[in-house]
Amino acid sequence: MASVTATTDREVLLKIDGVSKIFDGVVKAVDNVSLSVKKGEIFALVGSSGCGKSTLLRMLAGFETPTSGRIYLSGQDITDLTPYERPVNMMFQSYALFPHLNVWDNVAFGLRRDGLKGAELAERVDAMLSLVQLSKYGKRKPHQLSGGQQQRVALARSLAKRPTLLLLDEPLGALDKKLRETTQLELVNIIEQVGVTCVLVTHDQEEAMTMASHIAVMDEGYFLQVGTPDEIYETPNSRFVAGFVGNVNIFEGKVDEDEPDHITVICPECTHYVGHGITGTSGMRVAVALRPEKIQLSSVQPNKNHNWCAGEVVEIAYLGPHTTYHLKLKTGMVLKVQQPNLTRKMADDLTWGDHVFAHWTRDAMVVLTE
Amino acid sequence: MRKQSIMPRLRRLFTVRNLVIGIPMIWLFALAAAPLLLVLNISLAHMEVTSVSSLWHWADNELTLKFNFGNYLYLGEDSLYFDTYVSSLKFAALTTLYCLIVGYPFAYFISRAPEHLRTMLLMLVMLPFWTSFLLRIYAWKALLADNGVVNNGLMGLGVIASPIHMMHTSFSLTIGMVYAYLPFMVLPLYATLVKLDGRMLEAAADLGASPFKTFWLVTVPLTKRGIIAGSLLVFIPAFGEYVIPELLGGPRTLMIARVLWDEFFSNNDWPMASAVTIVMILLILVPMALFNRYNDETRLGEKS
Ligand SMILES: Nc1ncnc2c1ncn2[C@@H]1O[C@H](COP(=O)(O)OP(=O)(O)OP(=O)(O)O)[C@@H](O)[C@H]1O
Ligand SMILES: [Mg+2]
Repeated sequence: MASVTATTDREVLLKIDGVSKIFDGVVKAVDNVSLSVKKGEIFALVGSSGCGKSTLLRMLAGFETPTSGRIYLSGQDITDLTPYERPVNMMFQSYALFPHLNVWDNVAFGLRRDGLKGAELAERVDAMLSLVQLSKYGKRKPHQLSGGQQQRVALARSLAKRPTLLLLDEPLGALDKKLRETTQLELVNIIEQVGVTCVLVTHDQEEAMTMASHIAVMDEGYFLQVGTPDEIYETPNSRFVAGFVGNVNIFEGKVDEDEPDHITVICPECTHYVGHGITGTSGMRVAVALRPEKIQLSSVQPNKNHNWCAGEVVEIAYLGPHTTYHLKLKTGMVLKVQQPNLTRKMADDLTWGDHVFAHWTRDAMVVLTE
Repeated sequence: MRKQSIMPRLRRLFTVRNLVIGIPMIWLFALAAAPLLLVLNISLAHMEVTSVSSLWHWADNELTLKFNFGNYLYLGEDSLYFDTYVSSLKFAALTTLYCLIVGYPFAYFISRAPEHLRTMLLMLVMLPFWTSFLLRIYAWKALLADNGVVNNGLMGLGVIASPIHMMHTSFSLTIGMVYAYLPFMVLPLYATLVKLDGRMLEAAADLGASPFKTFWLVTVPLTKRGIIAGSLLVFIPAFGEYVIPELLGGPRTLMIARVLWDEFFSNNDWPMASAVTIVMILLILVPMALFNRYNDETRLGEKS
């Protein structure tokens, strides 16, 4: 996991300036997107299916031309360069390895186009193959490899030319869950070892949080929020972002007290006392977002006027390290609560039908005005 | 004991499975292998006025087999046959090459056309099949003759002063052959090109290959099967083509099928004609065998 502070004072490598892409004159796939990516960082684009992630990435690779806007790489305008003129390489969604070439020749393909030959070529290819731990597989054809191995060949092929910018479109999409998790870290290690700047597309927010130092959440061609993983998770700026990244409980209500250091929000379920101010006015309709893991459960009624509510356990999902409870509140809203399993499962644990109190602190939630 | 086991054995022989496999096998034997053996048989015999000599003779408890290799040896002696084989191979190869050169861009264009247009474009490729083959070849006669459409047109435009002699030359023959066999090249090429994964081309471009390099290093290798299939579909029938050389070729255009015709119907020498046929088939079997081997080798690779 790339550290955030390390990249803040680096120079900007990729600059996207007001880029839009309209297909067939009507489909707005990407809508006036601007973005800066710093050198050496892994930048993730997340969003639901069809929100324009791949289209944006393909414009960076040169496969699509923006309808408007410019793209700059190291200060140079690359908007009108063809794919083969750009110092940008892409790792494709399902790898797109050349089936007629063996692993070695796949990796060598790009280097040969640069005129590399003989010992120099062999040295570069072998170095790449050992980087992805496939030195022994050079003679194999892609179809003789497992999914994970193919993915590493694709990575080696896209890194071989030492691109200024590496694009990854759903790099782990074809792997199963277990393999994904180990591969995510492996991939980040290799990328950081090489030191290449990356733009990564994924629809898996966990993958984005694990791998990237900055994340952009996209919806219908727009950027809703750009920030570090913890900014996106802890201070989402809209209902969509809060709901897209992780699980969340949303309370709809009205601002009552509006002070610089705190506000209170009255909701049908309870009154929230929030430990931060907002740019809004008293009486304004807002949403309070509360993450399931920031809620505690207790069997006795909390001794305070706000930040708690009572409910009945209607659903229990035991997940090993933690358990997710669904509480039905008096308004009918279902509150998701996640509790760490600090001790082994006990007989007197909560069970279906139990009445419990959920409570949380003033710094647990975030107020959303959008 | 023995007797009892015969019935179940017979029953096992006539399972549905065996029948399903058996019928095409019988078909192939009756209509391909048997006639071929007959031809092989005749090629090793003598001509005896109106019939062909028998290869075997039973007399005095002795079986005598008499194979006449004279026809085959004669094939080597008379340079006419050798020249004809070479000339036929040359015309077939040229036809294949031109069909490939014309057909590849054709198939490429169709496979890249918008999906709703592709079926229509393919229909246009196959359209000539809906009219009589002979009629179409005769049409070329009308086009290429000294006072044909092309010459008249060119003279009318003042491009040429006197007609260019095109008919009954290797030019008219090649045009006719390429015209007739082009669809056989286009269809298999189209079938592989349309399946070509667009991301392969993008990947090549991404790795720095110019469009020309991408074509040579990715598109052509990935459509090799279509190229080979199309080439065989053109080469094999073109090698033995009779009608087009007869109608469009020059009087001295050597094509093996014409020699065959002469041996059978003018010289009435069936054994000689059969020997010519057998050698011709052998010449065709070689590329076939090569193709089959290539097919087996690449089948695995195509799976992914
Ligand atoms: N070549 C094209 N022609 C027309 N519309 C297109 C084209 N490519 C993409 N679109 C449209 O643009 C929108 C964005 O597509 P895009 O492929 O960028 O989505 P995505 O975010 O990558 O989705 P996914 O997660 O499913 O891959 C979609 O509505 C899609 O239908
Ligand atoms: Mg996509």
